[in-house]
Amino acid sequence: MKIQVNGEVIDVQEGETLSGLLKRLGFDCNRAVVEHNRKIVNTPDLPKMILKEKDTLEIVSFVGGG
Amino acid sequence: MEDSLIIAGTKIKSRFFLGTGKFASYEIMRSAIIASEAHVVTVALRRVDPRKKEDNILEFIPDGSILMANTSGARNCDEALRIARLSKALGCGNWVKIEIIPDSVYLLPDNSETIKATEILAKEGFVVMPYVNPDLADAKRLRDAGAASIMPLGAPIGTNKGLLTRELVRILIEEIDLPIIVDAGLGLPSHAAEAMELGSAAVLVNTAVAVSSDPVSMAEAFSLAVRAGRMSWLAGNSLKTDKANPSSPLTGFLGK
Repeated sequence: MKIQVNGEVIDVQEGETLSGLLKRLGFDCNRAVVEHNRKIVNTPDLPKMILKEKDTLEIVSFVGGG
Repeated sequence: MEDSLIIAGTKIKSRFFLGTGKFASYEIMRSAIIASEAHVVTVALRRVDPRKKEDNILEFIPDGSILMANTSGARNCDEALRIARLSKALGCGNWVKIEIIPDSVYLLPDNSETIKATEILAKEGFVVMPYVNPDLADAKRLRDAGAASIMPLGAPIGTNKGLLTRELVRILIEEIDLPIIVDAGLGLPSHAAEAMELGSAAVLVNTAVAVSSDPVSMAEAFSLAVRAGRMSWLAGNSLKTDKANPSSPLTGFLGK
């Protein structure tokens, strides 16, 4: 099934968890925050969340800015 | 003389706020923060690309700094709310600079969307610092919406043109009982001094420091200028008159 991660469409396995996906793609959960379908996910909840078709994820962290 | 800037109950140790964008490296950014003794530093939020191994900016920001996330990238109230809440979830406090910019040419902020976002985020417990066009009626609305300060622009972001909005900023300082912090467009330490001599509570600078050939020295120069300008304000400047007023006695010993 397909979901969107930071604007990019990617394939995920049925039943894949959010934390599993982040690990597979190489995201560092300690310094990033995840918005799942526009809702912020608390880090302890990441392993509990099972991804569904057409889910949208935004994964962001701090960078330099004025 | 005791001259503290207090925002949301926090004593701010420097009236020079520094942005962290556009530095050639995080090491240089860190040295600039230390050299300027800036206490409040701004950061932004961006999508992570795990294919690029990037350093974590937070590891380069000195301990004790107050982090203020800006909502740059937001084009309306809704996007600013999302960015502010994500920033808070990253665990770096609740100070937020609301920057809502629908205009890609001059990067001028949208005051009315900013007022909406200020009201909502202040109710959620954020310390809200809105970046706005200097407009008195809007500044009153922002104050009533719960803003912790008002941040009017001196000139469009990154233009280094100085305090082009001087008279409008002066009116805000006179009329609004909140810290007025000039943000954007200040290109030289003398511009920062001018803003402080006018009675601004602080200034926020990024581009002029970050893109100079020696950002560490420039950061310190700005910091000194801010202190000089503040001292001048406290000493009671602004005695401008149209007619000359002699500083030496004009009557006396010759020709009399």
